[in-house]
Amino acid sequence: MKTISIFLFSIFLSCSLWAQKAEIKEKNYPKVPSVELKDVKGNTINTAKINNDGKPIIISFWALWCKPCQKELSAISDVFDDWVKETGVKLYAVSIDDSRSSSKVKPTAEGKGWEFEILLDVNSDFKRAMNVNMIPHTFILNGKGEIVWQHTSFADGGELELIKVVKKILAGEDVSTEGK
Amino acid sequence: MKRILFIALILSPFWGLAQNVLSQGKISGNFQMDAQYYFQDSAIGAPDVPEKLLVNGFANLLYTNGNFTAGLRYENFLNPMLGYDKRYKGNGISYRFATYKNDNIEVTVGNYYEQFGSGLILRTYENWNLGFDNSLDGLRVKYTPFAGVTVKGVIGRQRFFFEKPQGLVRGADVDVSLNDFISKYKDAKLKITLGGSFVSKFQEDQDPLYKLPANVGAYAGRISMNYGRFDFMGEYAHKINDPSTVNNFIYKDGEALFLNLSYSQKGLGISLSGKRVDNMDFRSDRTQTGNVLNINYLPTISKEHTYSLAAYYPYSTQPNGEMGYQAQIDYKIKKGSFLGGKYGTNITLNFSKVNSIDRKNIDDSTYVSQPGTLGYSSSFFSFGKETYFQDFNLEVGHKFSKKFKMSAMYVNMIYNYAIIQGHLMETGDSLLYGDIAIVDMSFALTENKTLRLEFEHLSTVQDKGNWIMGMAELSIAPKWFFSLTDRWNYGNKDASKQFHYYNVGVAYVHNTSRIALVYGKQVDGVVCVGGVCRAVPASNGVTLTITSSF
Repeated sequence: MKTISIFLFSIFLSCSLWAQKAEIKEKNYPKVPSVELKDVKGNTINTAKINNDGKPIIISFWALWCKPCQKELSAISDVFDDWVKETGVKLYAVSIDDSRSSSKVKPTAEGKGWEFEILLDVNSDFKRAMNVNMIPHTFILNGKGEIVWQHTSFADGGELELIKVVKKILAGEDVSTEGK
Repeated sequence: MKRILFIALILSPFWGLAQNVLSQGKISGNFQMDAQYYFQDSAIGAPDVPEKLLVNGFANLLYTNGNFTAGLRYENFLNPMLGYDKRYKGNGISYRFATYKNDNIEVTVGNYYEQFGSGLILRTYENWNLGFDNSLDGLRVKYTPFAGVTVKGVIGRQRFFFEKPQGLVRGADVDVSLNDFISKYKDAKLKITLGGSFVSKFQEDQDPLYKLPANVGAYAGRISMNYGRFDFMGEYAHKINDPSTVNNFIYKDGEALFLNLSYSQKGLGISLSGKRVDNMDFRSDRTQTGNVLNINYLPTISKEHTYSLAAYYPYSTQPNGEMGYQAQIDYKIKKGSFLGGKYGTNITLNFSKVNSIDRKNIDDSTYVSQPGTLGYSSSFFSFGKETYFQDFNLEVGHKFSKKFKMSAMYVNMIYNYAIIQGHLMETGDSLLYGDIAIVDMSFALTENKTLRLEFEHLSTVQDKGNWIMGMAELSIAPKWFFSLTDRWNYGNKDASKQFHYYNVGVAYVHNTSRIALVYGKQVDGVVCVGGVCRAVPASNGVTLTITSSF
């Protein structure tokens, strides 16, 4: 068993070297992996197929038990009308609440007046596929659906960074070094 | 050796095309390291740590190429940090899998996490902070024969630290979205999804005293409906007799019911939940207790508190029997109104109550839960008399200006210490009555610098008496966080135990990497996620946490 594990591990390592080489050459950003989630209306959504007609998308992982996550989404909510008008950006707020509280996600989000697309990741399948470790964890996709920027944790004022990145993407600028 | 050759053979086509095919694939992953250096502090009850330094860590690697995904997780517990199960001691690859997925079918070999419905008869998941991982290792197939219909089949053995347990778990689940399945209802306002599942575990009967069922089956049925602003979800589960250490070897069948109803419109959300659990502990080894080899998940319905003192006495699900309900109202007072001000005011009102279930002995010669008997009889719709937990809480949040926002919270709780922790408090009481008040203020100093002040007070005459806590946190978005906390048990009746638990912390975030360093004293307590809890002993030390994803 151990030998097999080591063997597999070495395959992974060599793969990663190749993969990295390729990225440097052509900047091929990762796409969103395919996971079936329910939205709060009960529709099934395949995460690989989310799109915004060629405009950027923000994906934010949150939960009802996560204070900073709700702070981030509330801060965005306060200015979201302006963001949409200026950039056409769309926001998917992916709740990782499990069955304890997933049925409270919709009433709470509506009660707070958030106007985001809300997805329910009740057993963290999408969270795992996106390598999210701690929340809040926020991703920004360019118009082609490629993940070009990501950030973990939130402090007040952090929302300004998000809209800055979105605007740079729209202007065709490179955002891979943003925030570094 | 044969196995290695076999794998090499399977992989050989990949090697042949290595440069071309693999370079199209993507590697991603994440890791975390938690390390704590412990100082001796027997006064606060911190256990002595002979190793001085304990480290928990993991790394996930994920390889994706078209329809193919493979991944593994390496974990180390050298040695397990205080509060984690000592049986984790060691290191190894605790999780590895390969998945092929197209539009209709998904096949996974190796470890996987799965949930049927709300998890009442099957949920495998992993939570690092809880030290919880009950992944199945085996085979899983998901198939979508028609639009709106998903069928799943699973078989495997569960994770048991770094060992292989004997118990087998098999299961199947069907989920039908009627609106997708019947095309003429595609755009109907009423949306209905139905589901059904069956799970069976196998464990040999080697008990010298009892004749135990080697195969234990459980089934569940569920419905979820959406009609405009209303949502309803209900699931019922039943399990055949499954005598175990947790249920005191009774032969009674188990049952669970979980109901949720909600109403949502912009600015107003109402949610109601009800739950009944009777003898539903379900694990692939009947002799185990604690957070190991659980097959199912019984969610609690009370609010998961995030403020320290409100979360000091958290409820955990009682799988042998509980009955409860919960109601929550979220309301936003409109912007521009007298009470709403410029930005609006958020109000959340929440109430939950969980009681015992009603239990009667089956005959005069048998006491309730007597081993080797049917245990007891219980009427499905009547609450038991004993309060396990009750929580009333109100939270109001208001942004006064661009520079200042504040939220205040009040919590009134009843906590059955004897039931939840398994023993009476030192004061000899079983019920704890607590009142908690919290004020949380944020001052924006500049566009990206914020000072947050938090004050909390817990008053109770039971257990350790009153607590007061203050915290100051300075954040410089998006990279820096500094915090200073003191939590003081000033109300402890034993004056020599009125300790201060102070903490100083700093965290630095760089995109997806976070490094946090905390020095201070931790209060002994309970960490819970979703009603699953672990006890954390007191400690005094320096904790370093590094996480990153790529």
